[in-house]
Amino acid sequence: MRTIAFSWRFLWSRPLTAALNLLLLSLGLASITFLLLVSHQINSAFERDLAGIDAVVGAKGSPMQLILSGVLQLDVPTGNIPLAAVETLRAHPQVASVIPISMGDSFRGFRIVGTTPDYVRHYAAELAQGALWRSPMQAVLGARVARQSGLKVGDTFSGAHGLVSGLGAGADAHEESPYTVTGILAPTGSVLDRLVLTSLESVWQVHDADADAAPGDKDREVTLALIQYKTPLAAVTFPRFINTTTGMQAAAPALEITRLLSMLGVGLDVLRALAGLLLLTAGLSVFIALWGAVRERRADLALLRMLGAPPRKVAGLLLCEALWLALLAMVLGVLAGQGLAMLLAWALQLDQSIMIGGLAWPAGWLGVPVLALGVALASALLPAWEAYRVSVFELLQSR
Amino acid sequence: MIRTRQLAYRYPKGPTLAFPDVDVPQGGVMLLGGPSGSGKSTWLALAAGLVGATAGQIDVAGQSLGEGGASLKNAALDAWRARTVGFLPQKLHLSAALSVHDNLAMAQWAAGRNQDEPRITEALKALGVEDLAPRRPAQLSGGQAQRVALARAILLQPQVILADEPTASLDDEAASASLALLQATASREGATLVIATHDARVARFFSENSSKKGLEPLLLGLKKL
Ligand SMILES: Nc1ncnc2c1ncn2[C@@H]1O[C@H](COP(=O)(O)OP(=O)(O)O)[C@@H](O)[C@H]1O
Ligand SMILES: [Mg+2]
Repeated sequence: MRTIAFSWRFLWSRPLTAALNLLLLSLGLASITFLLLVSHQINSAFERDLAGIDAVVGAKGSPMQLILSGVLQLDVPTGNIPLAAVETLRAHPQVASVIPISMGDSFRGFRIVGTTPDYVRHYAAELAQGALWRSPMQAVLGARVARQSGLKVGDTFSGAHGLVSGLGAGADAHEESPYTVTGILAPTGSVLDRLVLTSLESVWQVHDADADAAPGDKDREVTLALIQYKTPLAAVTFPRFINTTTGMQAAAPALEITRLLSMLGVGLDVLRALAGLLLLTAGLSVFIALWGAVRERRADLALLRMLGAPPRKVAGLLLCEALWLALLAMVLGVLAGQGLAMLLAWALQLDQSIMIGGLAWPAGWLGVPVLALGVALASALLPAWEAYRVSVFELLQSR
Repeated sequence: MIRTRQLAYRYPKGPTLAFPDVDVPQGGVMLLGGPSGSGKSTWLALAAGLVGATAGQIDVAGQSLGEGGASLKNAALDAWRARTVGFLPQKLHLSAALSVHDNLAMAQWAAGRNQDEPRITEALKALGVEDLAPRRPAQLSGGQAQRVALARAILLQPQVILADEPTASLDDEAASASLALLQATASREGATLVIATHDARVARFFSENSSKKGLEPLLLGLKKL
């Protein structure tokens, strides 16, 4: 008990050194916590959005773009495909379900997505208020859209042309075809939170109003379709079937996201290496400080031995100093890491981008205190050994 | 009580130091004189059980620390030293990070004792520095610091007080005050006092003062090798 108290006093007897070491250690731990949280959050956000979607069928182009636009609602789509072609997919023996998605407009930066109620059901989203759309030009707002826009059931709004909000978005508004809010979804943490959902017909209607001649029903198009397989075996044959026998392309989200994450992974690895370097520097600095402390206080430590302290008690005092640093740095580092992650989440939300939550404690988090302890103890080991070996005899010889 | 017979210590890569026999009664005073390098500090180290004699015997307060090292080993020896030997180093080595009070508390911690507030107050009072308890060592004068270090030395009521060059770097007046304090403290505690010094003023002080108080210090003069 008193060892802990005395070591605390000794730690702060050199306030500048202690503060510098604390800063370095905390920075290293904060960046590691931050990276851990962000990669965890991105992963779980992807997992939520990708769950149960085996393939995305859309216009030919980059498969990753298709996934990013169709599932995560991040990128612009590759083009449109005929509704008729999508309908024939329903008849395919390996296909369990097809959810058509149509997009093109946005409301204050949130995408307006024409689809079927299956899309809502797929993410098990519940209505917080009102009901799903029943006829064209009725819309259901995702939780974040509702919160950010302040729209309520019964309110009307009009979409802007284009998927991203810009300064000019208002100028291009489809003001002659306003939507009426019929329902608001409860938050799910999925992509639905940041979408405005409506029927496929609404999207057609808005654009027909713009165009002079409405196309016939058999020429209708959608942007893409989300496919669920009946059997996992379909993963082998279905995409090839689509890619070779139709003018469309099929992409597997799992595959593309793995590719994306491995690309992101390289970046994360670089950041992780930098954080590791920071920790190493911190460890070195702690080592130098403790080593200096032992050198400087050699005679004081020897006096402790003279007063009856066994060597392990003297060494323990040094280790305890390092443990204090580790503990403080751990608390500061984890808090700062969480703070940074929350800041990023907030910034991404402003950007209507992917959802990452605030506070989270992924399993890997427990590695941070272990790392803090490890760095502190490793850097204290040699100084502690030096303190252990301090001979009282030197005290008598010191002049 | 300190008793030595044919006491010798050989440095592993250095000289062999042989010491004259002494018998210091409990509560007695011994001046360990001799020029620098004559072995005074080595003798103190032997008496504190910090090094084991390579030949001969030394008994301190009834404990044999003689040839072949002490009958006590490591932890037991540390504990014995804590309760038997009070040490006043030349440089006082008060921890700058701790208050006067906490320096004494730390001594109790080092000795593996529970913190004993009444005893800390008592020891500070005995040296007349109880008012300085909250101060840091940096806020003390040289004389005050020595009193605090002496309070720390008598904290565990040792039977032997070893002082290494207590008058070095003190002016005449301060040196006399310091020696008077040491002698008074040791005699009040009933502790045997050993002062290692190459300062001629120490012997003079005792020859001037012992006649009044009837306290004849034992002189052990060591010769330069
Ligand atoms: N660690 C050591 N190794 C070898 N020789 C030593 C060591 N320490 C002291 N000596 C030698 O032992 C002798 C006595 O030293 P010391 O006890 O410090 O003398 P004093 O305290 O009287 O000045 C000196 O000649 C010194 O050089
Ligand atoms: Mg000496």
